Amino acid sequence: MFDIFGIPSTALFGQLLIGLINGSFYALLSLGLAVIFGMLNIINFSHGAQYMMGAFAAYLLLQWTGMGYWPALILAPLIVGITGVVIERLFLQWLYKLDHLYGLLLTFGLALILEGLARKQFGSAGLPYTLPDSLRGGQNLGFMFLPNYRAWVIVASLTVCLGTWFVIERTRLGAYLRAATENPTLVRAFGIDVPKMITLTYGFGVALAAFAGVMAAPIYNVSPQMGSELIIVVFAVVVIGGMGSILGAIVTGFGLGVVEGLTKVFFPEASNTVIFVIMAIVLLVRPAGLFGRRV
Amino acid sequence: MASAVESPAKQQKFGISPEQIAFVIMVAGLIIAPFFTYPLFLMQVMCFALFACAFNLLIGYVGLLSFGHALYFGWASYLSAHAAKVWHLTPELAILTGTAMAAICGLVTGSLAIRRQGIYFAMITLALAQMAYFFALQAKFTGGEDGIQAVPRGHLFGLIDLSSPSAMYALVLVIFLGGFLFIYRIIHSPFGEVLKAIRESEARATSLGYKADHYKLMAFVLSATLAGLAGATKAIVFQIASLTDVNWPMSGEVVLMTLVGGLGTIFGPVIGAFTIVSMQNYLAQFGDWVSVIQGGIFVACVLLFRRGIVGELAHALRIKL
Repeated sequence: MFDIFGIPSTALFGQLLIGLINGSFYALLSLGLAVIFGMLNIINFSHGAQYMMGAFAAYLLLQWTGMGYWPALILAPLIVGITGVVIERLFLQWLYKLDHLYGLLLTFGLALILEGLARKQFGSAGLPYTLPDSLRGGQNLGFMFLPNYRAWVIVASLTVCLGTWFVIERTRLGAYLRAATENPTLVRAFGIDVPKMITLTYGFGVALAAFAGVMAAPIYNVSPQMGSELIIVVFAVVVIGGMGSILGAIVTGFGLGVVEGLTKVFFPEASNTVIFVIMAIVLLVRPAGLFGRRV
Repeated sequence: MASAVESPAKQQKFGISPEQIAFVIMVAGLIIAPFFTYPLFLMQVMCFALFACAFNLLIGYVGLLSFGHALYFGWASYLSAHAAKVWHLTPELAILTGTAMAAICGLVTGSLAIRRQGIYFAMITLALAQMAYFFALQAKFTGGEDGIQAVPRGHLFGLIDLSSPSAMYALVLVIFLGGFLFIYRIIHSPFGEVLKAIRESEARATSLGYKADHYKLMAFVLSATLAGLAGATKAIVFQIASLTDVNWPMSGEVVLMTLVGGLGTIFGPVIGAFTIVSMQNYLAQFGDWVSVIQGGIFVACVLLFRRGIVGELAHALRIKL
């Protein structure tokens, strides 16, 4: 135990840890938004609702089938991803030729529907999701206590983020994706099924959100409104980072989570608003965003 | 948004335009209506209609989708309520205070938001409005979760007692019609023509020598100010200012009203506000279904009738409304 700037180290590092956890959710969600925007030219407003769906899917799998955390971590994103594919086929595919704003409005409507249905079914109060036994307990690092589950969340989301970056930037599939983002007509002429790729991209982006939701379930309660507040912060993260770069989205997500955590220690009143203030400053200094190209 | 707001050719054969006829019908309707239905409901409709018209000025005529208009509506209602209750200002001064607050907020947030275009503009306005929501939640004078309650309606100019429903109704009607005509005037002024040019092609307007950013900021501040006028009036009418009016679902609601009525039509926001407010009053008993139904309307509007009620009507009759 020691003090840093008059703050006990346990408190400081505790908040830093929470910051990193929030940061991993920001990173996963803004990554999904960026991937979807790249291919579909749509800002997916229902991303927060789909994060919430992931958490509820894990909760319901546990309640109905007794399925534990580990299978749910795979299955819940898969289920939500499939609903994403259905949504893309039913609704989004008609919007690609229209102004971007219609995509935002439609997915906003979807978010209202999903959140409303969840509230109708489960009420507004949060439902607890019990931790898997294998991840209970924690390590005493001397300067702080590190719960195993929180360490796992950070490692897992970093792995998934970097894995996504690797697939998009370093593999043949990623090359197709990037090419289709730049010029879908030409890529189609090469015999690649671009519409299917778009559908699967949306499913994947949504699955990322659901993955974050499952990981959030044991930390926060599972509640219908868990996504809507988060998505607005993630929008600010996206504005700060710009959607041009995958790595940029990951770095900005984690970075802002840490900044938010530190603000909670040193200036708690501003912890809700610090990310928005940073966004305002970035807009003044670098209007295109930290990693963005001028749009 | 070009396809949604395309206006059919004007009919100039008659001396009176369809817009003027529709305006007369609307005014007559608003004068007769309180004899048939609750004045409080109509005043609510008019406040939201002005709010939606102000929002429509931005989306319909400049092509900027603001997802944070609750900021101006809500903060104006806080200031108006505070001025009337704590500073004991007369209602017209309280409303002006709230409106001025919205203008200042509009200037600050607008100059930030116009630095990015399209989809980013929507996200920035939403994020800034969320920040303002947290300020409202934490500030002392807003009363946090309780809001500012029991706001006195007071005496207009110190003379007319607004606790009488007919006096209050008349004031709201005058404010609504004033705001409506002001917006109509903006749209049909040379300034409004430049706004429409920017909507169609910002690059072209810039190349013609118009400073697009100045025009966009002007339009943004005007829109925020009028949204504030609506919010400030609502605080006096309902004698309460609360977090509901400043939170993000309110920003979504005004988008919905305008979309349902018809983006870029003059009467659309009014019809949209009427539709959504009546629907909410009617559906209030169903609780959580309201947001599901609203979401469904969003999806249906975007997929099936992007012109909205008034837009479809104008298109079918080949007139401009």
